Amino acid sequence: MANLPFLSLSIWVPIVAGVAVLCTGDDRNAKMARWLALLGSIAAFLVTLPLYFKFDCQDGGFQFDEGYNWIPSFNIHYHLGVDGIAVPLILLTSFTTVIVVLAAWEVIQKRVAQYLAAFLIMSGLMIGVFSALDGILFYMFWEAMLIPMFLIIGVWGGPNRVYATIKFFLYTLLGSLLMLVAFIYLYHQTNSFELVDFYAFKMPLNVQIWIFLAFFAAFSVKVPMWPVHTWLPDAHVEAPTGGSVVLAAIALKMGAYGFLRFAMPIAPDAAHYLANFIITLSLIAVVYIAFVALVQQDMKKLIAYSSISHMGFVTLGFFIFNPLGMEGGIVQMISHGFVSGALFLCVGVLYDRMHSRQIADYGGVVNVMPTFAAFAVLFAMANTGLPGTSGFVGEFMVILGALQANFLFAFLAATTLIFGAAYTLWMVKRVYYGEVGNSHVAALKDIGKREFLILAILAVMTLGLGVYPKPLTDMTHATANNLLNHLSQSKLP
Amino acid sequence: MTMQSIYLATPLLPLIAAVVVGLFGRFMPRSAAHWLTIIGVGGAFVLSVVVLRDVIAGHVFNGPVYTWLTSGDTSFEIGFLIDSLSAMMMVVVTFVSLMVHIYTIGYMHDDPGYKRFFSYISLFTFSMLMLVMSNNFMQLFFGWEAVGLVSYLLIGFWYTRPTAIYANLKAFLVNRVGDFGFLLGIGMVLYYLGSLDYAAVFSVAPEFADATVRSPIPGVDWSLMTVICLLLFVGAMGKSAQVPLHVWLPDSMEGPTPISALIHAATMVTAGIFMVARMSPLFELSTTALSTVMIIGAITALFMGFLGIIQNDIKRVVAYSTLSQLGYMTVALGASAYSVAIFHLMTHAFFKALLFLAAGSVIMGMHHEQDIRKMGGLRKYMPITWITSLLGSLALIGTPFFSGFYSKDSIIEAVAASDIPGSGFAHFAVLAGVFITAFYSFRMYFLVFHGKERFLEPADATHDAHHDDTHGHNNHAHVHIPHESPWVITGPLIALAIPSVLIGAWTIQPMLFGGFFKNVIYVDFGLHPAMFELAHDFHGALRMGLHAFFSVPFILAASGVALAHHFYIRRPSIPAAIKRRMHWLYRVMENKYYFDSFNERVFAAVSRFIGSKLWQIGDVQIIDGTLVNGTARLIGRISGIVRQLQSGLIYHYAFAMIIGVFLLLTLFMKL
Repeated sequence: MANLPFLSLSIWVPIVAGVAVLCTGDDRNAKMARWLALLGSIAAFLVTLPLYFKFDCQDGGFQFDEGYNWIPSFNIHYHLGVDGIAVPLILLTSFTTVIVVLAAWEVIQKRVAQYLAAFLIMSGLMIGVFSALDGILFYMFWEAMLIPMFLIIGVWGGPNRVYATIKFFLYTLLGSLLMLVAFIYLYHQTNSFELVDFYAFKMPLNVQIWIFLAFFAAFSVKVPMWPVHTWLPDAHVEAPTGGSVVLAAIALKMGAYGFLRFAMPIAPDAAHYLANFIITLSLIAVVYIAFVALVQQDMKKLIAYSSISHMGFVTLGFFIFNPLGMEGGIVQMISHGFVSGALFLCVGVLYDRMHSRQIADYGGVVNVMPTFAAFAVLFAMANTGLPGTSGFVGEFMVILGALQANFLFAFLAATTLIFGAAYTLWMVKRVYYGEVGNSHVAALKDIGKREFLILAILAVMTLGLGVYPKPLTDMTHATANNLLNHLSQSKLP
Repeated sequence: MTMQSIYLATPLLPLIAAVVVGLFGRFMPRSAAHWLTIIGVGGAFVLSVVVLRDVIAGHVFNGPVYTWLTSGDTSFEIGFLIDSLSAMMMVVVTFVSLMVHIYTIGYMHDDPGYKRFFSYISLFTFSMLMLVMSNNFMQLFFGWEAVGLVSYLLIGFWYTRPTAIYANLKAFLVNRVGDFGFLLGIGMVLYYLGSLDYAAVFSVAPEFADATVRSPIPGVDWSLMTVICLLLFVGAMGKSAQVPLHVWLPDSMEGPTPISALIHAATMVTAGIFMVARMSPLFELSTTALSTVMIIGAITALFMGFLGIIQNDIKRVVAYSTLSQLGYMTVALGASAYSVAIFHLMTHAFFKALLFLAAGSVIMGMHHEQDIRKMGGLRKYMPITWITSLLGSLALIGTPFFSGFYSKDSIIEAVAASDIPGSGFAHFAVLAGVFITAFYSFRMYFLVFHGKERFLEPADATHDAHHDDTHGHNNHAHVHIPHESPWVITGPLIALAIPSVLIGAWTIQPMLFGGFFKNVIYVDFGLHPAMFELAHDFHGALRMGLHAFFSVPFILAASGVALAHHFYIRRPSIPAAIKRRMHWLYRVMENKYYFDSFNERVFAAVSRFIGSKLWQIGDVQIIDGTLVNGTARLIGRISGIVRQLQSGLIYHYAFAMIIGVFLLLTLFMKL
């Protein structure tokens, strides 16, 4: 038990399960596909648990190391390892996959096996992204993950799905290619694709800046940062509920994770040099996007914009280079995974019944769906950063951290207290409160047992992380300190 | 049971009751819902009394419960600070909450949201207890926002009413504006003073008395303590509804009356006052901040009092009176008379909760009529409500020997003794406020309980402007005869009337001049000697009361009552005449000095305008239209041109090849 390759299992169990689900074939076996997918996703979640329980919180380095030669002629390794930043994200990924499989249960009726398999395979690939310690291995997982997402939006998406998928794919691919160029350059310099070799490699500032910008192109699109964010609202609007959940809860985190794992430690001097530039973009994301979210008429678009605004906190936290900001950014990533996932599920619950995402089509939902509305209000409150919910923890830490860097940063970031509440609660008011809006709303039925279970689990996570975030920060603590330490040392030759 | 477990149990009892009723309420009968929460809150009240006695016996506690998180070297704790200030607040909060719980059994009797309501008010009690028991800024902010959440849920309790769900959104957002400043203040405390723990912060604060921070204006440095205190005070302005962040409180009357009493009069809105008193070691370091506090408080006390005069909704009269009284407390804070502010907070909690609950009783007795113009002569029909209202009103206007007298008179004296900038205006404002308070309070009192029984007159068309219940009575066919409320309603009225009358005389000596707040509230007597002078002039509660009959405030209050009697009982035609004569003034006041329309037209509208422009122009046109799709179009156009080269005709290719060969040969020949 002790020496099982837990990381490889975390990656390959869901992928194998996904292939098995695919083998059930067409929709005549849909029931079998669902159960198989559920069991597979639960198994995949269980194999990630040892990463949490066996993790040594005092150690800020990589743990669960696995390394094999893969392509010896280019010195490429199948090298996996995780630290206190990756483990929470891996757990979030395997957890979210279970939620997504459950959420698809009765909703998806066409090409069931293919749909569920795409999520399982994608889950494995994303865990690969979070655990790869070899540049090419990372790149492969990073790009491979696009394919199932492309299919999920393109096949099961809404009416304008073709535009959205192509936009999503090209946007992200363009950035990723520059990252590949950076990897190849580093390989030529170090004759290795190993991350640790990249970390140790000294470069003059101008080279660091180019390397950093190449990574920045890949990661900023994924986060997404202003102004390369416009693919996200379109992708969310067209994606099926599960696609939106994974996109918001995990895919966005890959970009932020990339900054911590690659861009910043490989080019620390450039990171410091460009910090104000990135902080500016982050603050624009927080403020500009909050205004934009205020006027959205489509619930999914509103939540998508809100996601961008919240991710602005993550990048802001990272680039102020202090423990509060760094750890706050990490907590914000995990919290946003629960909260935005839950918000998209809530929209999904309504969409399944009404086939509309327009705020104006609703009104007074609480009268007919009281249990559901209670959940929705809870998650909305978490989205506004109410203390006691997970949404507060990250924002609070980042704002306190930003204030130590510059009062103005904190001032602008803290406006989210007002605007975040304004756009979220205004939506709550128009959708959930008031008299029953129309006869369609009057005919709504409250959530069933399956939906209740999903939302209840997420509610427990949201509240648990809000009331007692220490287990999470204990995990990230040593790693964040380690990373900040590394970043404070110049890598100029 | 050790004291530590009592501290822990006090907030947890209401929390457990709230969670159980909230989650499993649907499986239990109504009586179970109210009994569970009453036991929870009642238990918390008993424990609070135990804690208070223990504190009076000299036991103070300051310690953590658990570590919330650690980051870097900073550790965020959940912990309790139990001293005279928090213990007194605990008793007040749980007592008023218990009364409101009992009252609710009668008031919400027919409401379909009965159990939900009990769950909410118990949750509120928990949040408020966490707020007052906190030993650090983070938990303070926790409780601060949590009471805001419950307030949001309760203002919007009747969620089908457009006015209610507008009011609760407004309340939340305006409070968030305050919290915005508050959070930045907390961040400044952590950054400059190095901790969020009260004790640690207060002990290092004096070292920073002369510290400065760079301001955005070049060449000007600001005092660190002034910046911190003003930012914290912005939070207090939101929660304690000080001008200009007061706009949410009158609208919060859309909520059921019991919570208007509990949250929007007695407890939550006083959180800001409590916070500033708690922060007295910081505020004492900045006279600029104190001066600002005093002026804001004076403006609120005076101008919100004026608005109370023209209200016709019984709850709104009391709401504006609350605003004005909160202004009084803030003025006291500014005068460095923190203990007086807390004293007034306490007496006000009793008599204002009483007045609100009595108003609710009147509303019930009048069959959900809230317009005082349609009442009159109710003393015949509702004797207990009448007597208790009278006692509450007398306490509110500061009649000698009533509790409100001791607290309010002390505020006036403290302001008179203060000499910081703005104290002259503040002194005028609190004196004028006495007259206005007496006038609007007794205007309401006379209109409701005395005079003609106007509900006997046929109802007119404007009747249904204000209703306080889901089952609105739009049936005008017959006249409702008012009736006295059941004992679950009158009981709490009596229980609140007793402290409203007595508590001031009983506690003024220890709270203001004895050692009750020693080591808790810090005053720099050298700079701010107001309390010192007050103590000098104080010769016992009895002497103070007797002496007051010849003082200016008493004469002002008495003339306010007399004028109200003249206007509304003897010559009811006068107010209408004044209204006609002073038409413009009346318009300004009716529009509440245009704060609401300003906020709506400027802040709300401009935000939406900016949002739609950023979206339509920034995102849709520039980023997507020009850059993203523009790149796609550009590539399409270029490839359209380049495509022409691949014509598929052999002679085109042959021609190109010949030219190529020719060029290559020329190039190689040269080499």
